[in-house]
Amino acid sequence: MKSFKNHISLVIALVSILFSLQVFTIVERSIDAYKENLAQNYSLVVVSQKTLQKKELLDKITTLASIEQLSPDNVIKKLNTGISKKNKELLKVTLPKFYKLQLKIYPTPLQLQRLQKELLRYPYIVKVETFSNTHDTTYKLLLLFKNVIFILSLSIVLVTILLIFKELRIWQFKHNERMSIMGLFGAPAWLRSAVLFRLAIVDALIAFGISFVIFSYFSSSAWVSEQFANIGISVIVFDKVYDSLIMLGVSMTVSVLLASFIVLGHKEEV
Amino acid sequence: MDKVIIAQNLSLAYSKDETIINKANFSIDSGSFVFVTGASGSGKSTLLKSLYGALKPIEGSLVVGGVELCGISSKKLNFLRRHLGIVFQDYKLVKEWTIEKNIMLPLIINGYEKSITQSQVDSLLKHVKLQHQAGKYPLELSGGEQQRVAMARALAHNPILILADEPTGNLDDYSSQLIWNLLEGAHEQLKTTVIVVTHHIPETIKIDYKHYHIEFGDIHEVV
Repeated sequence: MKSFKNHISLVIALVSILFSLQVFTIVERSIDAYKENLAQNYSLVVVSQKTLQKKELLDKITTLASIEQLSPDNVIKKLNTGISKKNKELLKVTLPKFYKLQLKIYPTPLQLQRLQKELLRYPYIVKVETFSNTHDTTYKLLLLFKNVIFILSLSIVLVTILLIFKELRIWQFKHNERMSIMGLFGAPAWLRSAVLFRLAIVDALIAFGISFVIFSYFSSSAWVSEQFANIGISVIVFDKVYDSLIMLGVSMTVSVLLASFIVLGHKEEV
Repeated sequence: MDKVIIAQNLSLAYSKDETIINKANFSIDSGSFVFVTGASGSGKSTLLKSLYGALKPIEGSLVVGGVELCGISSKKLNFLRRHLGIVFQDYKLVKEWTIEKNIMLPLIINGYEKSITQSQVDSLLKHVKLQHQAGKYPLELSGGEQQRVAMARALAHNPILILADEPTGNLDDYSSQLIWNLLEGAHEQLKTTVIVVTHHIPETIKIDYKHYHIEFGDIHEVV
């Protein structure tokens, strides 16, 4: 029970830090996946006086994924009020060309403005429709969501760090006495602090283990997958190699730093 | 006879304007048993602290076991402390360790093998009559029992010098007698130098000893 109490406070603090970091990572991945999804469904419409050189444009503007000419038939159909076949053909030739431009990425409003300017530099391009109102709203919503989650995660991390500092004072008090006694019998610094570092490493491993189990469960949960599927994206909730290494690294760093602060702050009794 | 402690013009103080020991000169022979007495606040414990390097001299020279303590590095101090056995008035036992592990401490620090460590601890536990309490924690023992554990810890690694600060200050007669017997035994059988800081020299002591008295910052031998 005593040993459990020694571990629990730091373990809880470490788990909450790891939890916040991983939740932020998941949100970031979801937003990226959603942006990719949006990019697939998002396109610009360009009106040109002559046929566009697709290859040239694709080479010069790297964000463009594809250029597709839109058929003028729909427009002509609307004007189909007693126009002869000959005039219809003439109209087809004289009407400006409409193109649908798809992008590789979901652009920021600034990227979109730049792209529009770049396209309008071609003298034969007379209009670029970016549907910026719809785009801006969606983009800002995503940004807002990301920022809210970031602030939330940061707040949790900050509060936890404050809790860890409080815990540090308790540890300092608890371990100072033992370290001083060991020092009085000539224990070198590494031996005096060995117990502390062992405790810190064990706590880091326990916190990592708990977080690993929680996120492994989430990543295999049908409910979680369903939530992502509902918005048409697929996200890696927990990468068992990459995310595990990050979690283990953060957990170890925080607890070893904590132990180091105590060792550095240790003053021998006189 | 070799000197285990040599002090020349030794001055000790916690702050510069309040000297506790003032330019003291004394030496202690190896293998001797020494009592240091003095009134409360005279500087007995301060002197003892300086002998194990917890308080650095502000002036003069202090050599313990051939090691000069003025300006000593922490590495050298650790080395010296590994050859000392210290008994404190407040026991200074590690509360979260069993008494067995507390006694083991100097043996672990000195890098003794596990088998030697265990047999030495078993033997010491018998000497201090606590063999049935090996797995208990310090706070589960009485003050007298805790001081016996501290005594066993001080003897565990056969130190060259035992420093005891009021070792029987708050103890019952039984524990006090046991502590004195152990200190006498270490002195007689192992030829260990023993320095005891105390208010009163016990009447039951059977061995020859030297007596130093501290008064007004001065240390002098009582003949």
